[in-house]
Amino acid sequence: MPTFVYMTKCDGCGHCVDICPSDIMHIDKTYRRAINIEPNMCWECLSCVKACPQNAIDVRGYSDFAPLGHSVRVLREEDKGTVSWKIKFRDGREKNFESPIRTTPWGSIKGPAEYAAPRTEDLGNQELAHEPDSLNIKRGLPALRRDQLKLGVM
Amino acid sequence: MFTNNPFAALSETLSPAVMQGYVVIMILLVAAGTLFDVVHKGSAKYFFNNWRKSQSKGAKQIGGGELVSLAITTGVVDVLTSGEFCNARRRIAHLLTMYGFVIYVITTAIMVFYYPTSAVPTPAILPQLWWIGGLMVCIGGYWFWFFIRVDVAAEGNSPFRVMRADLFILSLLASVTLGLIWAWLQARGGAGAGVFFGLYVIATTVLFGSVPWSKFAHMFFKPAAALEKRVSNANGTRSNLPAPADKPGQFGSAREHARHY
Repeated sequence: MPTFVYMTKCDGCGHCVDICPSDIMHIDKTYRRAINIEPNMCWECLSCVKACPQNAIDVRGYSDFAPLGHSVRVLREEDKGTVSWKIKFRDGREKNFESPIRTTPWGSIKGPAEYAAPRTEDLGNQELAHEPDSLNIKRGLPALRRDQLKLGVM
Repeated sequence: MFTNNPFAALSETLSPAVMQGYVVIMILLVAAGTLFDVVHKGSAKYFFNNWRKSQSKGAKQIGGGELVSLAITTGVVDVLTSGEFCNARRRIAHLLTMYGFVIYVITTAIMVFYYPTSAVPTPAILPQLWWIGGLMVCIGGYWFWFFIRVDVAAEGNSPFRVMRADLFILSLLASVTLGLIWAWLQARGGAGAGVFFGLYVIATTVLFGSVPWSKFAHMFFKPAAALEKRVSNANGTRSNLPAPADKPGQFGSAREHARHY
């Protein structure tokens, strides 16, 4: 089921507009709050749900496996590098999950616009733009050490 | 110019009773518009339903003292300092506009009701505050309109694209800007003061008369929603959100602003 917005919580900041891969989260023309303008094109990636600083966006699960009365909510905490899930079932059972989601500090990865524009002659090159530098493999592929896994986050 | 009461000067051509009657009508329009808005959108019903649900499902009951403490925190953090904004620029613009509007409206009412004519000398501080409040609204409002507004910052639309959501901010900016221009022209004795006064009255009437169609009522329901959020965090329901992760914070928050365009 597609995302929907709690209007009293949304402050119209635009983070969901920015992050939506389908470009269907927009700002309502009447209330200047976020709105999913094309619910049938929403693939429930939950990007907007996690990106919303006010936790104002929610997704209802499909009724065949998550009937009415259930709740699936997610909380992303950039300062801790974690994402937490809370699943509530109709019979009152509750399950909580907490996962590390990155191995590098939030905001440390350069965006495409922060790299130099590719040259025209590079069109004939087998490598993609900015490779091999952008792969960041000079020191070997990044990996989690055993002690990091134990801690949960780096 | 900044120490002259513009409404006292206006009383030479317009009766103070008319000005006072106009202010009263505007107050009634806001009250009626807000009530209509609350009933029509069902926001009060939604708020109390949510409140009851949160109370019944909470892991712990909130006592009277804690509720008062939460209400004070909401008043200080969410209302007085606009703490809900995650974008610092939006927060500053909102604070400028909010406090500017409050100062501007209160000084207008005091000057119209207590110092309506030149016969009663107006303390210089009142017109000065009126000007400062008006300029604060203009700085915060135009900054928001041209640079911070999400339609421009995240949607990439032209700053001159107007839609119904702009009714409140545009009528507020028009009312204050035209009011300041009128006061300036009137103090200089220049031509056109009457025209700008007429436009000022029209913009002000639209601002206070359009409450059911604009976001004017947000100043009433937003604090209620902020209180409900704090209560749900305190009693453990947290709107069904997971509890904060218990791992130590090591990365430092670096949330970026919306900047697609």
